[in-house]
Amino acid sequence: MSPEELRYAKTHEWIGVKTDAQGNKVGTVGISAFAVESLTDLVFIELPKAGARVQAGESFGEVESVKAVSDLYSPVNGEIVEVNSELSENLEWLSEDCYGKGWLIKVRLDDEKPLGDLLDFAAYKQQCAEEQA
Amino acid sequence: MVDFAGWSMPVCYDSIVAEHEATRNAVGFFDISHMGRFQFTGPEAGTWLERLLTRRVDDMSPGQIRYSLLTHDEGGILDDVLVYRCPPQAGHADEFLLVVNAGNRDKVWKWIQEHRPANTDAEMADRTHDWAMVAVQGPRSLEVVGQVVDFPLEKIGYFTCVQANIDDQHGLVSRTGYTGEDGVEAILPADIVEKWWQELHTTARELGGQPAGLGCRDTLRLEAAMPLYGHEIDMDTDPWQAGLGFAVDLENREFPGRNALACRKQETSQRRIGLELEGRRVPREGYAILDGEQAIGRVTSGTFSPTLQRPIAMGYVSKDYSDIGRTLAIDIRGQTIPATVVKLPFYHRRKNQGVKSVA
Repeated sequence: MSPEELRYAKTHEWIGVKTDAQGNKVGTVGISAFAVESLTDLVFIELPKAGARVQAGESFGEVESVKAVSDLYSPVNGEIVEVNSELSENLEWLSEDCYGKGWLIKVRLDDEKPLGDLLDFAAYKQQCAEEQA
Repeated sequence: MVDFAGWSMPVCYDSIVAEHEATRNAVGFFDISHMGRFQFTGPEAGTWLERLLTRRVDDMSPGQIRYSLLTHDEGGILDDVLVYRCPPQAGHADEFLLVVNAGNRDKVWKWIQEHRPANTDAEMADRTHDWAMVAVQGPRSLEVVGQVVDFPLEKIGYFTCVQANIDDQHGLVSRTGYTGEDGVEAILPADIVEKWWQELHTTARELGGQPAGLGCRDTLRLEAAMPLYGHEIDMDTDPWQAGLGFAVDLENREFPGRNALACRKQETSQRRIGLELEGRRVPREGYAILDGEQAIGRVTSGTFSPTLQRPIAMGYVSKDYSDIGRTLAIDIRGQTIPATVVKLPFYHRRKNQGVKSVA
Protein backbone atom coordinates (compact mmCIF):
# COMPACT_ATOMS: atom_id res chain seq x y z
CA MET A 1 0.00 0.00 0.00
CA SER A 2 1.17 3.49 -0.70
CA PRO A 3 1.69 5.51 2.49
CA GLU A 4 0.14 8.61 0.88
CA GLU A 5 -3.24 6.86 0.57
CA LEU A 6 -3.43 5.61 4.16
CA ARG A 7 -4.87 7.17 7.28
CA TYR A 8 -2.93 7.40 10.53
CA ALA A 9 -3.58 7.33 14.26
CA LYS A 10 -1.64 9.73 16.48
CA THR A 11 -0.18 6.59 18.07
CA HIS A 12 1.54 5.72 14.72
CA GLU A 13 -0.71 2.96 13.39
CA TRP A 14 -1.90 3.20 9.78
CA ILE A 15 -5.05 1.81 8.16
CA GLY A 16 -6.08 1.29 4.55
CA VAL A 17 -9.78 0.44 4.00
CA LYS A 18 -11.19 -1.59 1.11
CA THR A 19 -14.59 -3.10 0.35
CA ASP A 20 -14.64 -6.91 0.11
CA ALA A 21 -16.81 -9.12 -2.15
CA GLN A 22 -19.65 -9.12 0.40
CA GLY A 23 -19.66 -5.33 0.59
CA ASN A 24 -17.98 -5.22 4.02
CA LYS A 25 -15.43 -2.53 4.80
CA VAL A 26 -12.16 -4.23 5.72
CA GLY A 27 -9.22 -2.24 7.04
CA THR A 28 -5.60 -3.39 6.93
CA VAL A 29 -3.68 -2.11 9.96
CA GLY A 30 0.05 -1.66 10.44
CA ILE A 31 2.59 0.65 12.06
CA SER A 32 4.29 3.53 10.27
CA ALA A 33 7.88 3.76 9.07
CA PHE A 34 8.36 6.53 11.63
CA ALA A 35 7.29 4.15 14.42
CA VAL A 36 9.54 1.34 13.19
CA GLU A 37 12.46 3.72 12.94
CA SER A 38 11.96 5.17 16.42
CA LEU A 39 11.63 1.73 18.00
CA THR A 40 14.70 0.28 16.21
CA ASP A 41 16.04 -3.19 16.98
CA LEU A 42 12.67 -4.97 17.13
CA VAL A 43 12.79 -8.30 18.95
CA PHE A 44 9.21 -9.37 19.54
CA ILE A 45 5.64 -8.77 18.44
CA GLU A 46 2.45 -10.13 19.92
CA LEU A 47 -0.68 -10.06 17.78
CA PRO A 48 -4.21 -11.27 18.63
CA LYS A 49 -5.98 -14.16 16.91
CA ALA A 50 -8.48 -13.88 14.08
CA GLY A 51 -11.99 -13.56 15.49
CA ALA A 52 -10.97 -11.25 18.32
CA ARG A 53 -12.69 -7.87 18.68
CA VAL A 54 -10.84 -4.57 18.63
CA GLN A 55 -11.93 -1.14 19.84
CA ALA A 56 -10.67 2.18 18.52
CA GLY A 57 -7.97 3.54 20.80
CA GLU A 58 -7.53 0.25 22.67
CA SER A 59 -4.50 -2.00 22.68
CA PHE A 60 -4.64 -5.11 20.50
CA GLY A 61 -1.04 -6.26 20.91
CA GLU A 62 2.47 -5.13 21.65
CA VAL A 63 5.74 -4.64 19.90
CA GLU A 64 9.01 -4.84 21.75
CA SER A 65 12.45 -3.52 20.90
CA VAL A 66 15.75 -3.70 22.78
CA LYS A 67 14.93 -0.20 24.02
CA ALA A 68 11.26 -0.43 25.06
CA VAL A 69 7.90 -2.15 24.79
CA SER A 70 5.00 -0.36 23.08
CA ASP A 71 1.30 -1.11 22.84
CA LEU A 72 -0.34 -1.38 19.44
CA TYR A 73 -3.61 0.58 19.30
CA SER A 74 -6.50 -0.15 17.00
CA PRO A 75 -7.60 2.81 14.91
CA VAL A 76 -11.12 1.31 14.43
CA ASN A 77 -13.88 -0.86 15.98
CA GLY A 78 -14.53 -4.29 14.55
CA GLU A 79 -13.61 -7.96 14.28
CA ILE A 80 -10.22 -9.24 13.26
CA VAL A 81 -10.62 -11.35 10.12
CA GLU A 82 -6.96 -12.03 9.38
CA VAL A 83 -3.61 -11.79 11.18
CA ASN A 84 -0.15 -11.59 9.63
CA SER A 85 0.91 -14.72 11.50
CA GLU A 86 4.29 -15.05 9.78
CA LEU A 87 5.37 -11.60 10.92
CA SER A 88 6.57 -12.64 14.39
CA GLU A 89 9.18 -14.91 12.77
CA ASN A 90 10.09 -12.25 10.19
CA LEU A 91 10.30 -8.99 12.09
CA GLU A 92 12.64 -7.57 9.43
CA TRP A 93 9.54 -7.19 7.23
CA LEU A 94 8.62 -4.23 9.43
CA SER A 95 11.81 -2.35 8.65
CA GLU A 96 11.85 -3.48 5.02
CA ASP A 97 8.21 -2.95 4.10
CA CYS A 98 5.96 -1.79 6.92
CA TYR A 99 3.19 -0.72 4.49
CA GLY A 100 3.26 -4.06 2.65
CA LYS A 101 4.66 -7.37 3.93
CA GLY A 102 4.80 -5.89 7.44
CA TRP A 103 1.02 -5.39 7.87
CA LEU A 104 -0.36 -6.57 11.24
CA ILE A 105 -4.10 -7.32 11.16
CA LYS A 106 -7.16 -6.98 8.95
CA VAL A 107 -10.33 -5.75 10.65
CA ARG A 108 -13.94 -5.92 9.45
CA LEU A 109 -15.19 -2.48 10.46
CA ASP A 110 -18.33 -2.07 12.59
CA ASP A 111 -18.65 1.50 11.39
CA GLU A 112 -16.58 4.09 9.61
CA LYS A 113 -16.95 6.76 12.28
CA PRO A 114 -13.51 6.35 13.93
CA LEU A 115 -11.87 6.89 10.52
CA GLY A 116 -12.87 10.54 10.83
CA ASP A 117 -10.56 10.94 13.85
CA LEU A 118 -7.51 9.78 11.91
CA LEU A 119 -4.90 11.92 10.19
CA ASP A 120 -4.20 11.99 6.48
CA PHE A 121 -0.60 11.53 5.27
CA ALA A 122 0.24 15.25 5.25
CA ALA A 123 -1.10 15.84 8.77
CA TYR A 124 0.65 12.71 10.06
CA LYS A 125 3.94 13.75 8.49
CA GLN A 126 3.56 17.09 10.23
CA GLN A 127 2.98 15.34 13.58
CA CYS A 128 6.12 13.20 13.12
CA ALA A 129 8.19 16.28 12.29
CA GLU A 130 6.97 17.91 15.49
CA GLU A 131 7.72 14.80 17.57
CA GLN A 132 11.22 14.67 16.17
CA ALA A 133 11.92 18.35 16.91
CA MET B 1 18.91 12.43 22.67
CA VAL B 2 18.01 11.91 26.32
CA ASP B 3 18.77 13.72 29.53
CA PHE B 4 21.20 11.68 31.62
CA ALA B 5 22.08 13.26 34.99
CA GLY B 6 21.86 16.68 33.36
CA TRP B 7 23.86 15.70 30.25
CA SER B 8 22.18 15.56 26.86
CA MET B 9 23.29 12.22 25.42
CA PRO B 10 22.42 10.02 22.45
CA VAL B 11 20.74 6.65 23.13
CA CYS B 12 22.19 5.61 19.80
CA TYR B 13 23.82 7.11 16.73
CA ASP B 14 22.70 4.30 14.41
CA SER B 15 20.90 1.47 16.23
CA ILE B 16 21.62 -0.12 19.60
CA VAL B 17 22.22 -3.54 18.05
CA ALA B 18 24.46 -2.23 15.24
CA GLU B 19 26.61 -0.33 17.74
CA HIS B 20 26.66 -3.27 20.14
CA GLU B 21 27.85 -5.63 17.41
CA ALA B 22 30.44 -3.14 16.14
CA THR B 23 31.89 -3.00 19.67
CA ARG B 24 31.96 -6.79 20.09
CA ASN B 25 33.38 -7.45 16.62
CA ALA B 26 35.51 -4.41 15.80
CA VAL B 27 35.39 -1.19 17.77
CA GLY B 28 32.87 1.21 19.27
CA PHE B 29 33.75 4.61 20.69
CA PHE B 30 31.75 6.32 23.41
CA ASP B 31 31.65 9.90 24.63
CA ILE B 32 31.66 9.33 28.40
CA SER B 33 32.45 12.91 29.39
CA HIS B 34 29.42 12.79 31.69
CA MET B 35 31.37 10.63 34.17
CA GLY B 36 32.58 12.75 37.10
CA ARG B 37 36.36 13.29 37.31
CA PHE B 38 37.88 14.42 40.63
CA GLN B 39 41.58 15.16 40.84
CA PHE B 40 43.48 14.84 44.12
CA THR B 41 46.90 16.41 44.51
CA GLY B 42 49.31 16.92 47.38
CA PRO B 43 51.40 14.68 49.62
CA GLU B 44 48.42 13.37 51.61
CA ALA B 45 46.02 12.81 48.71
CA GLY B 46 46.47 9.05 48.98
CA THR B 47 45.84 9.01 52.73
CA TRP B 48 42.59 10.94 52.27
CA LEU B 49 41.30 8.38 49.76
CA GLU B 50 42.67 5.45 51.75
CA ARG B 51 40.28 6.42 54.57
CA LEU B 52 37.25 6.54 52.29
CA LEU B 53 37.45 3.75 49.73
CA THR B 54 36.58 0.10 50.34
CA ARG B 55 39.84 -1.00 48.71
CA ARG B 56 43.33 -0.07 49.67
CA VAL B 57 44.87 2.95 47.98
CA ASP B 58 48.14 3.25 49.90
CA ASP B 59 49.70 0.19 48.25
CA MET B 60 48.91 1.26 44.67
CA SER B 61 51.84 1.88 42.40
CA PRO B 62 51.95 4.89 40.05
CA GLY B 63 49.98 4.11 36.90
CA GLN B 64 47.72 1.60 38.63
CA ILE B 65 43.91 1.74 38.60
CA ARG B 66 41.45 -0.02 40.89
CA TYR B 67 37.71 -0.55 40.87
CA SER B 68 36.45 0.42 44.30
CA LEU B 69 33.37 1.45 46.21
CA LEU B 70 32.41 4.25 48.53
CA THR B 71 30.10 3.07 51.31
CA HIS B 72 28.19 5.02 53.94
CA ASP B 73 28.24 4.26 57.66
CA GLU B 74 25.65 1.46 57.34
CA GLY B 75 27.61 -0.21 54.56
CA GLY B 76 25.26 0.72 51.68
CA ILE B 77 26.91 1.76 48.42
CA LEU B 78 27.32 5.50 47.76
CA ASP B 79 28.99 4.92 44.42
CA ASP B 80 31.24 2.59 42.49
CA VAL B 81 34.35 4.31 41.20
CA LEU B 82 37.68 3.87 39.50
CA VAL B 83 40.62 5.23 41.45
CA TYR B 84 43.73 6.04 39.43
CA ARG B 85 47.15 6.60 40.92
CA CYS B 86 48.43 8.80 38.13
CA PRO B 87 51.83 8.15 36.59
CA PRO B 88 54.50 10.64 37.66
CA GLN B 89 54.44 13.92 35.79
CA ALA B 90 56.61 17.02 36.12
CA GLY B 91 55.31 19.29 38.85
CA HIS B 92 53.03 16.72 40.51
CA ALA B 93 54.58 14.68 43.29
CA ASP B 94 51.50 12.58 43.96
CA GLU B 95 48.26 12.67 42.07
CA PHE B 96 45.11 10.56 42.17
CA LEU B 97 42.02 10.62 40.04
CA LEU B 98 38.57 9.36 40.95
CA VAL B 99 36.08 8.62 38.17
CA VAL B 100 32.55 8.56 39.57
CA ASN B 101 29.05 8.09 38.17
CA ALA B 102 27.47 11.20 36.66
CA GLY B 103 24.35 10.87 38.79
CA ASN B 104 26.41 10.64 41.98
CA ARG B 105 28.87 13.44 41.28
CA ASP B 106 27.41 16.03 43.69
CA LYS B 107 26.76 13.46 46.41
CA VAL B 108 30.26 12.01 46.21
CA TRP B 109 31.89 15.45 46.08
CA LYS B 110 30.11 16.44 49.32
CA TRP B 111 30.86 13.12 50.99
CA ILE B 112 34.57 13.34 50.28
CA GLN B 113 34.77 16.97 51.39
CA GLU B 114 32.92 16.16 54.62
CA HIS B 115 35.35 13.32 55.29
CA ARG B 116 38.49 15.32 54.75
CA PRO B 117 40.75 14.60 57.74
CA ALA B 118 41.76 17.74 59.64
CA ASN B 119 44.88 19.53 58.34
CA THR B 120 45.19 17.26 55.33
CA ASP B 121 47.86 18.45 52.92
CA ALA B 122 45.93 17.67 49.75
CA GLU B 123 43.56 19.36 47.32
CA MET B 124 40.53 18.02 45.52
CA ALA B 125 39.37 19.58 42.22
CA ASP B 126 36.36 18.79 40.06
CA ARG B 127 37.79 18.38 36.54
CA THR B 128 34.60 17.05 34.96
CA HIS B 129 34.13 20.09 32.74
CA ASP B 130 37.82 20.77 32.04
CA TRP B 131 38.52 17.29 30.75
CA ALA B 132 36.52 15.15 28.36
CA MET B 133 36.52 11.34 28.44
CA VAL B 134 36.20 8.91 25.56
CA ALA B 135 36.04 5.11 25.73
CA VAL B 136 37.28 3.12 22.74
CA GLN B 137 36.23 -0.50 23.13
CA GLY B 138 36.40 -3.71 21.15
CA PRO B 139 38.91 -6.19 19.72
CA ARG B 140 40.31 -3.58 17.31
CA SER B 141 40.32 -0.68 19.79
CA LEU B 142 44.11 -0.63 20.26
CA GLU B 143 44.67 -0.46 16.51
CA VAL B 144 42.39 2.55 16.31
CA VAL B 145 43.71 4.46 19.30
CA GLY B 146 47.29 3.60 18.36
CA GLN B 147 46.84 5.76 15.29
CA VAL B 148 45.59 8.80 17.18
CA VAL B 149 47.65 8.65 20.37
CA ASP B 150 51.40 9.02 20.62
CA PHE B 151 52.14 6.00 22.81
CA PRO B 152 52.68 2.23 22.27
CA LEU B 153 49.36 1.08 23.72
CA GLU B 154 50.17 -2.62 23.86
CA LYS B 155 52.53 -1.71 26.71
CA ILE B 156 49.64 -0.62 28.92
CA GLY B 157 48.54 -3.50 31.16
CA TYR B 158 44.92 -4.07 32.09
CA PHE B 159 43.81 -1.53 34.72
CA THR B 160 46.84 0.70 34.31
CA CYS B 161 47.25 4.15 32.78
CA VAL B 162 49.91 6.28 31.12
CA GLN B 163 50.39 9.93 30.33
CA ALA B 164 50.18 10.24 26.56
CA ASN B 165 50.25 12.90 23.91
CA ILE B 166 46.87 13.47 22.29
CA ASP B 167 46.99 16.04 19.50
CA ASP B 168 50.08 17.56 21.13
CA GLN B 169 48.27 17.97 24.40
CA HIS B 170 48.55 16.15 27.64
CA GLY B 171 46.15 13.20 28.06
CA LEU B 172 45.71 10.16 30.27
CA VAL B 173 45.08 6.82 28.59
CA SER B 174 44.00 3.72 30.53
CA ARG B 175 43.30 0.07 29.70
CA THR B 176 39.81 0.07 31.19
CA GLY B 177 36.20 -0.05 30.09
CA TYR B 178 32.60 -0.91 30.78
CA THR B 179 31.76 -3.25 27.92
CA GLY B 180 33.45 -6.58 28.62
CA GLU B 181 35.83 -6.00 25.71
CA ASP B 182 39.47 -5.05 25.62
CA GLY B 183 39.82 -1.32 25.16
CA VAL B 184 41.01 1.99 26.45
CA GLU B 185 39.56 5.10 27.99
CA ALA B 186 41.16 8.46 27.33
CA ILE B 187 40.91 11.62 29.40
CA LEU B 188 41.87 14.74 27.47
CA PRO B 189 41.31 18.50 27.51
CA ALA B 190 37.67 19.27 26.70
CA ASP B 191 38.58 21.86 24.05
CA ILE B 192 40.33 19.32 21.81
CA VAL B 193 37.92 16.39 22.19
CA GLU B 194 35.77 17.29 19.21
CA LYS B 195 38.73 17.25 16.86
CA TRP B 196 40.00 13.98 18.38
CA TRP B 197 36.55 12.43 18.11
CA GLN B 198 36.56 13.20 14.38
CA GLU B 199 39.98 11.57 14.03
CA LEU B 200 38.69 8.50 15.86
CA HIS B 201 35.72 8.46 13.53
CA THR B 202 37.86 8.46 10.41
CA THR B 203 40.23 5.80 11.74
CA ALA B 204 37.57 3.54 13.26
CA ARG B 205 35.30 3.59 10.22
CA GLU B 206 37.99 1.89 8.16
CA LEU B 207 38.07 -1.00 10.64
CA GLY B 208 34.31 -1.47 10.90
CA GLY B 209 33.91 0.72 13.95
CA GLN B 210 31.34 3.32 14.81
CA PRO B 211 30.31 5.79 17.50
CA ALA B 212 28.22 4.14 20.21
CA GLY B 213 25.57 5.61 22.50
CA LEU B 214 24.08 5.00 25.92
CA GLY B 215 21.76 2.26 24.68
CA CYS B 216 24.51 -0.18 23.72
CA ARG B 217 26.66 0.93 26.66
CA ASP B 218 23.86 -0.60 28.72
CA THR B 219 23.43 -3.81 26.70
CA LEU B 220 27.22 -4.35 26.60
CA ARG B 221 27.75 -3.87 30.34
CA LEU B 222 24.71 -6.04 31.07
CA GLU B 223 26.10 -8.95 29.05
CA ALA B 224 29.36 -8.46 30.95
CA ALA B 225 27.28 -8.42 34.21
CA MET B 226 28.78 -5.14 35.36
CA PRO B 227 26.56 -3.41 37.90
CA LEU B 228 25.00 -0.04 37.09
CA TYR B 229 24.46 2.41 39.91
CA GLY B 230 20.75 3.03 40.54
CA HIS B 231 19.92 -0.45 39.23
CA GLU B 232 22.03 -3.27 40.69
CA ILE B 233 23.56 -1.10 43.39
CA ASP B 234 22.33 1.83 45.47
CA MET B 235 22.37 3.25 49.00
CA ASP B 236 20.53 0.17 50.34
CA THR B 237 22.58 -2.58 48.71
CA ASP B 238 25.85 -3.78 50.17
CA PRO B 239 28.84 -5.13 48.24
CA TRP B 240 28.32 -8.70 49.48
CA GLN B 241 24.85 -9.15 48.04
CA ALA B 242 25.92 -7.35 44.86
CA GLY B 243 28.75 -9.83 44.29
CA LEU B 244 31.33 -7.06 44.70
CA GLY B 245 33.16 -8.52 47.68
CA PHE B 246 36.37 -8.47 45.62
CA ALA B 247 36.24 -4.67 45.89
CA VAL B 248 36.18 -4.65 49.71
CA ASP B 249 39.27 -4.96 51.87
CA LEU B 250 38.45 -4.97 55.59
CA GLU B 251 41.81 -6.08 57.01
CA ASN B 252 43.50 -3.45 59.18
CA ARG B 253 41.54 -0.64 57.59
CA GLU B 254 39.27 2.21 58.63
CA PHE B 255 36.69 3.68 56.26
CA PRO B 256 33.00 4.66 56.57
CA GLY B 257 30.88 1.51 56.71
CA ARG B 258 33.80 -0.78 57.50
CA ASN B 259 32.33 -2.19 60.72
CA ALA B 260 28.83 -2.39 59.29
CA LEU B 261 30.23 -4.31 56.31
CA ALA B 262 31.98 -6.78 58.62
CA CYS B 263 28.57 -7.56 60.20
CA ARG B 264 26.60 -7.52 56.96
CA LYS B 265 28.98 -10.07 55.44
CA GLN B 266 27.47 -12.70 57.74
CA GLU B 267 23.91 -11.39 57.73
CA THR B 268 23.09 -10.51 54.15
CA SER B 269 20.94 -13.16 52.48
CA GLN B 270 20.22 -11.50 49.14
CA ARG B 271 22.24 -12.37 46.05
CA ARG B 272 22.62 -10.73 42.66
CA ILE B 273 21.83 -13.38 40.08
CA GLY B 274 21.77 -13.69 36.31
CA LEU B 275 18.77 -15.15 34.48
CA GLU B 276 18.38 -16.37 30.92
CA LEU B 277 14.85 -16.54 29.59
CA GLU B 278 12.96 -18.53 27.01
CA GLY B 279 11.26 -16.79 24.11
CA ARG B 280 11.92 -13.27 22.98
CA ARG B 281 10.05 -11.11 25.48
CA VAL B 282 12.31 -8.69 27.27
CA PRO B 283 12.48 -8.65 31.08
CA ARG B 284 12.74 -5.06 32.31
CA GLU B 285 13.61 -3.32 35.54
CA GLY B 286 11.05 -3.83 38.30
CA TYR B 287 9.48 -7.03 36.94
CA ALA B 288 8.87 -9.69 39.58
CA ILE B 289 11.07 -12.80 39.76
CA LEU B 290 8.89 -15.79 40.62
CA ASP B 291 9.34 -19.21 42.17
CA GLY B 292 6.13 -20.90 41.09
CA GLU B 293 3.44 -18.36 41.94
CA GLN B 294 5.44 -16.62 44.62
CA ALA B 295 7.30 -13.36 43.97
CA ILE B 296 10.81 -13.79 45.41
CA GLY B 297 12.66 -10.82 43.93
CA ARG B 298 12.85 -8.09 41.31
CA VAL B 299 14.67 -7.56 38.05
CA THR B 300 17.24 -4.73 38.30
CA SER B 301 18.24 -4.72 34.59
CA GLY B 302 17.17 -6.72 31.58
CA THR B 303 17.51 -6.71 27.84
CA PHE B 304 17.42 -8.83 24.73
CA SER B 305 21.08 -9.82 24.49
CA PRO B 306 22.30 -9.03 20.98
CA THR B 307 25.28 -11.39 21.42
CA LEU B 308 23.44 -14.38 22.91
CA GLN B 309 20.22 -13.70 20.96
CA ARG B 310 18.05 -14.33 24.00
CA PRO B 311 16.53 -12.29 26.81
CA ILE B 312 18.73 -11.86 29.89
CA ALA B 313 18.25 -10.19 33.26
CA MET B 314 19.96 -9.47 36.53
CA GLY B 315 18.13 -9.17 39.82
CA TYR B 316 18.14 -9.99 43.49
CA VAL B 317 16.75 -13.06 45.24
CA SER B 318 17.45 -14.78 48.55
CA LYS B 319 20.45 -17.11 48.36
CA ASP B 320 18.02 -20.04 48.82
CA TYR B 321 16.99 -19.47 45.20
CA SER B 322 20.33 -18.50 43.69
CA ASP B 323 21.83 -21.88 42.71
CA ILE B 324 23.11 -22.02 39.14
CA GLY B 325 20.74 -24.02 36.97
CA ARG B 326 17.69 -23.42 39.12
CA THR B 327 14.49 -22.73 37.19
CA LEU B 328 12.62 -19.61 38.23
CA ALA B 329 10.33 -17.34 36.19
CA ILE B 330 9.75 -13.68 35.46
CA ASP B 331 6.36 -12.01 35.30
CA ILE B 332 6.50 -10.12 32.01
CA ARG B 333 3.36 -7.97 31.97
CA GLY B 334 1.14 -10.74 33.27
CA GLN B 335 2.81 -13.66 31.48
CA THR B 336 4.98 -16.07 33.42
CA ILE B 337 8.13 -16.71 31.39
CA PRO B 338 10.52 -19.48 32.56
CA ALA B 339 14.01 -18.28 33.46
CA THR B 340 17.15 -20.20 34.43
CA VAL B 341 19.71 -18.96 36.93
CA VAL B 342 23.04 -18.78 35.07
CA LYS B 343 26.60 -17.99 36.02
CA LEU B 344 27.62 -14.36 35.57
CA PRO B 345 28.84 -12.82 33.36
CA PHE B 346 26.56 -13.76 30.49
CA TYR B 347 29.33 -12.93 28.04
CA HIS B 348 33.08 -13.66 28.25
CA ARG B 349 35.36 -12.24 25.63
CA ARG B 350 38.12 -14.42 24.27
CA LYS B 351 41.14 -13.32 26.27
CA ASN B 352 43.83 -11.57 24.30
CA GLN B 353 47.26 -13.05 24.39
CA GLY B 354 49.90 -10.91 26.00
CA VAL B 355 47.69 -8.57 28.00
CA LYS B 356 49.25 -8.53 31.39
CA SER B 357 47.01 -7.90 34.35
CA VAL B 358 48.40 -5.91 37.23
CA ALA B 359 45.12 -4.87 38.87
